[in-house]
Formats: sequence, structure tokens, C-alpha cells
Amino acid sequence: MHNVALSLIELGAVFFGLGLLGRLAWKIGISPIPLYLVGGLAFGHGGVLPLNGIEGFTEISAELGVVLLLLLLGLEYSAAELVTGLRRSWSAGLIDLVLNALPGAVVALMLGWGPIGALVMAGVTYISSSGIVAKVLGDLGRLGNRETPVVLSVLVFEDLAMAVYLPILTALLAGVSFVGGLTTVGIALVTVTVVLVVALRFGRFVSALVDSPEPEVFLLRVLGAALLVAGVSSQLQVSAAVGAFLLGIAISGSTAENATRLLEPLRDLFAAVFFVVFGLNTDPKAIPPVLGVAIALALVTTATKMLTGWFAAKLQGIARLGRLRAGAALVARGEFSIVIAGLAVASGAVDQGLAPLATAYVLLMAVFGPVAARVVEPMARWAWSLRQRRLAGAES
Amino acid sequence: MHVEVTPLPGIGTRQDFQTRSGRRIGIVSYRDGRYDLIVSKTDDPDACVASIPLSPEEISTLASLLGAPQLVNHLERQHAEVSGISTAHLPIAPGSRFDGRTLGDTELRTRTGVSVVAVMRAATAHPSPTPDFRFAGGDLLVVVGTPDGISKAAERLDRG
Repeated sequence: MHNVALSLIELGAVFFGLGLLGRLAWKIGISPIPLYLVGGLAFGHGGVLPLNGIEGFTEISAELGVVLLLLLLGLEYSAAELVTGLRRSWSAGLIDLVLNALPGAVVALMLGWGPIGALVMAGVTYISSSGIVAKVLGDLGRLGNRETPVVLSVLVFEDLAMAVYLPILTALLAGVSFVGGLTTVGIALVTVTVVLVVALRFGRFVSALVDSPEPEVFLLRVLGAALLVAGVSSQLQVSAAVGAFLLGIAISGSTAENATRLLEPLRDLFAAVFFVVFGLNTDPKAIPPVLGVAIALALVTTATKMLTGWFAAKLQGIARLGRLRAGAALVARGEFSIVIAGLAVASGAVDQGLAPLATAYVLLMAVFGPVAARVVEPMARWAWSLRQRRLAGAES
Repeated sequence: MHVEVTPLPGIGTRQDFQTRSGRRIGIVSYRDGRYDLIVSKTDDPDACVASIPLSPEEISTLASLLGAPQLVNHLERQHAEVSGISTAHLPIAPGSRFDGRTLGDTELRTRTGVSVVAVMRAATAHPSPTPDFRFAGGDLLVVVGTPDGISKAAERLDRG
């Protein structure tokens, strides 16, 4: 009995502490993700206050967090939006992929982490945080801006890329051979295509399967379906996260909206646990040695996302200021970088330094992303006025 | 008028158009039924100077404020092309004969041949009122008929 009491106290303290951190984060206008990570670092391995006795709960909660993160990502976009988004933004999406995956891969290779480490770090630096980006765009009142659809369609492309990337990564982390890897790639591509077609044509049947007028029945069905699909796809080595993501895409219309509303609080809870667990499993003492690399990587990938946004917006005929805004909006990295790093760390197939590097990198980018989105316009205006003044001064 | 409809994946849609003065005006409609009224900046047409959240109720108020005069103009333009038919606004004065009575009570159609196509009340248009539509003082009737019929109708509504 004593153990249960202690576990409850520990869990309560963790959740309450996260609540305080979250409040603080929204107050100063940043995403709570970095604070959750810091919270996790403070406890656990090598932290100031190790937690014991709740590992069983936190471990499965973290898994649930990943499944819910990806399920809600899938629910966010309908299959039709994904297809039109892909058609509209594939060129910008490819620029995004090349520019932002390369820095991560190069750094991993330079650190001698091998091709798998490179693939992991490529994913970590590539994917923007759609959660942070959407929140920042809404907060800054930029949803009516012309460059916003450009930003959103780049995010759509990234999400589709994730659906292909995650199964490949999972297979490689599990140590399958080259031929096996190719088979997985094939299976992944076929599955994604089949799910998109099914969602486009028969989305309402999938929706009808989980839909129910009673909220609690609906919640149980959606969550049950998500865990079943996640578990089965994990068994087939297609990654639990991708299964949940594809289920999210297949559920459409008002069912998707209701599911989002019901599941959002659950996702926030379990995702918070996931970030904390990731922080818990990272030794804070391992961060200072990789901090320099993380800062360099942050600087480079801020520049590459700015370039991505610039080109993507330019393709749609957006003026210079809008191109800068689009670039800065994309800078934030967050939940999905940690999801990728988490998969890699859990498999044990990558270097020990990867978790601290990914943590430090996401800490920097999740804090800096929203700040960049906010300051880019005033800074650009200031720079232009300065240049104009200098030109005027040169003439007189 | 060309209204541009742009999907915002994961959020909703943006519908806007360019005014003659070069500003972009429109709405962002969210999937959950919320709306933002958006107005573009003058110096940077890509960005918005305002993005104002509006409830469905506020949206319909704004729509009727903009739409009521529009309806009369529209009718006048339409009937200007048909010779011998004109459009007019006839008020129901507070305390007058038909204040508090129904459209059927006025017997406008039988007596004057004039049709009431809409009733404007508090900046809201009530189009195609039925015979049991009850007038209130201050209502403005939008009527269509011959000039002769309209003057008879005006007389009938004024009298008493």
C-alpha cells in the first residue's frame, strides 16, 4: 500500500509541476515542450531528484503520448487536403526536405554515428513542429495572410513525408537488411497510398465505425481503434506511430472534428508525459559536451528553414516581407523531432550522444522558433529603413 | 466580383477579394464554426492589419448591416430595366393604422396591385413576408409595382 501512496504522490507532483511550467510557458509566449523537457531532465538519471516506482506508468503513457500525437496529426488534415496540399506544394516540399534534412545528416556523419544516426538526425532537423507553428500563426493573427497557406502546405508535405519516413526508420532501427529495408519502403509507400485512396473514397465508412453520439462511447471507440491499429502496425514493424497517423487520416469530416475535440486533452496529458520521459532518460550531464554542436545546428537549420519559406512563398508570388514571415514561421521544431529521437533511443541502435543532442537542439528551436516568427517583421522593417537612410545619406 | 477561396489545411478556409482601392477583405472560417474578419495592410497586401474574431451572431449582424441597403439597390437596378415597374420604400409610421397589424390586413395586393418584397427592420431584411407578417412602427416596406399603384399604396399606408 505504501508504494501506491508514494507513486500517487510522485505522479501528482509531476503533473502539478508540469501544469505550473505550462502556465509559465504560455504566459511568456513560448511552447511548453522545452519546459517539459527541462522538467524531465531535472528528475531521473543524474538529475537532482530521481523518481522511483512510477516507471511502469510513465513508460506506457509515453507510448500513448506518441500514438495520440500522431493520431491527432492525422485527424487534423483530411485526405483531400493532403492530396491537394501535395499537388500544390511538392516543389516547396522537396526544397524543404533537402535543405533541412541535410544539416542533421551531415552533423551525424561528422560525429561518426553512421548512416542510421544520420537518418535519425536528418528527421530531427527536417520536421517543423506543426503544433507550435499553427499556434504561433493563430496568436499573431496571421491566418488571413497570403503566405500562411504556403506555410501550411509545407507542413502538410512534411507530415506525408513522415508517413513514409517513420516505417523506414523503424525497420532500419530494428536492424533489417538492405533488401528487407527496401521491402519495408515498398510496404510503407503502398500502405500510405492505399490508406489515402480508402480515406478519399470510403472515409465515411471508417468514420462510421468509430462514431457514436455518446461522447464516452465515441472516446473509447476512437482510442481503442487507435491503440489496436498502432499495436498491429508495430507488430508488422511499420511503427505504431504511423498506424495511428494513417487511422487519423482515414477518419474524416465531423467525426474527425469531434474526435479531435475529445482527444486533445488526452493528447496534451500523455504527450507531456512523453516529453518528460524523454527528458528523464537523458542525462543532463551529457548535454554540455554537445551544446556547441546543437547551437551550430540550430543556427544552420534556422537559416535553411528561412530559405525554405522564402522560396516556397516566392513561388506563390508573395512579396519579400511575406517570404521572411513564411520562413520564420517554419523555424520551430518540437514534438515530432522528439518522437523521432525517442524511437531511435528506444531501439538502442544509435550513439549515446544522440538523445542529449536532440534534446538540446529541440530546446533551442522550440524556444527560438516562436521568437523568430515574432521578431522577423520588425527586424526586417528596421533593416530596410536603416538601409534607406544610409542610401539617402550617401546621396546628400 | 472574384472571391478567392483558399484552403488552410488543418484550420479551415480563407475567402477574400480585392477591393477597388487595392485592399483585400474577407473572412477566415474555422472548421469549428468560428470566423475572423480580415482586412489587409495598405503597405503590405500579403499581411493583415486586422484579424477580428466574430461569433456567428456578430457575423449575421454585420452581414445585414451591409446587406440591407444592398437589397434595395439591387431591386431598383433590376426593375429599372422593366418599363412601367418601379420600386419604392414605404414606411410604417409608429402609431399609424397598420402598426401592429399584419401584411394581410393591408390588402395591398388586392387593392393596389403592389407587392411587398421585403420588410426592413432594425437593419435586418425580412425578404418575401407572408400575409401573417406583423408590422411594427418604423418598419420600411420595399414594394414593387406600377407608379400609380405605389402612390395608392403610400396613401393607404399613410391614412389613419
